[in-house]
Amino acid sequence: MQLYVNENLVEVGSDSSLADLRALYKPTADLLIVNGYPVADSHQLAAGDRVVLISRGEVPTETELEALLVARHTPGVHSRVKQARVGIAGVGGLGSAIAVALTRLGVGELIVADFDVVEPSNLNRQQYFVDQLGMPKVAALAENLRRINPYVSVVSHVVRLTRENIPALFAEVDVMVEAFDAAAQKALLVESFLSNVPGRPLVAASGMAGFGPANTIQTRRAGNNLYLVGDEVSAAAPGSGLMAPRVGIAAHHQANCVLRLLLGEDPLGE
Amino acid sequence: MQLVINGQSREVSAESLAELLAELQLDASHVAVELNQAIVASSQFATTTLNEKDRLEVIQFVGGG
Repeated sequence: MQLYVNENLVEVGSDSSLADLRALYKPTADLLIVNGYPVADSHQLAAGDRVVLISRGEVPTETELEALLVARHTPGVHSRVKQARVGIAGVGGLGSAIAVALTRLGVGELIVADFDVVEPSNLNRQQYFVDQLGMPKVAALAENLRRINPYVSVVSHVVRLTRENIPALFAEVDVMVEAFDAAAQKALLVESFLSNVPGRPLVAASGMAGFGPANTIQTRRAGNNLYLVGDEVSAAAPGSGLMAPRVGIAAHHQANCVLRLLLGEDPLGE
Repeated sequence: MQLVINGQSREVSAESLAELLAELQLDASHVAVELNQAIVASSQFATTTLNEKDRLEVIQFVGGG
């Protein structure tokens, strides 16, 4: 039968066990993953299985690394998202967390844009570090994403996004993400992208300030090509701050919506 | 006239999109609007006339991210 070992298609005897495979390909492996899930070496193999053999603590070769990074993915997910290009407008609390999630997925290319620099008040929710204070956010983000998965191509723009430059910067994306802070900017991005880049879905967010219940943050379809995440009421305002938990929940709603769109699934499961 | 706004039937007196947003007490700079499944540029809000049974999605954004 044919199956995949560390993403290479191999031919093995039909009664081969996982222990046989380990002896053949990587005798030192102590983490055995089949179809995205760690199993014991007595696990029964079937044709088409995706087997990843990992020696804990070993530094893999560069060619092995990309396969190992996504060994816990559901089979088939990585090969599809690897072909995708996603745009992210704004890399603050939402955008930086979405970019990290999409990088861990191994999305092929991220186009990120933000004019701002990292400052101390960002660190309560944004995916930056104290030693990055003062750096342009997109430069700090590109550095962090490279450390997570160097096989994701990150195209960074230090620019204030406007009605005029949004269509040009994001014309070629498969899915677009709105991740701004200001309400007027959110409205502008939605209007500009949906008017000028027809047929491409946009995932926006509104309402994730404060420490209200997690489950009030939802994903809904808000228009023809528009998905909206958030509780739609909790504005950032005096007395209602922006903090890592709810901003992170909204960001990961957005990231999962992007993933479902890239996989051809209805984001709402309808 | 009768419009369908965010899936709900609603009787309004507004005749243009800008008037409708004012009637709904929404800040026009914080909304995105789809009229019969097509996005409307904010520069067109004042000149976009509404017709009986038009279907609108009005998304009001709040700040934070």
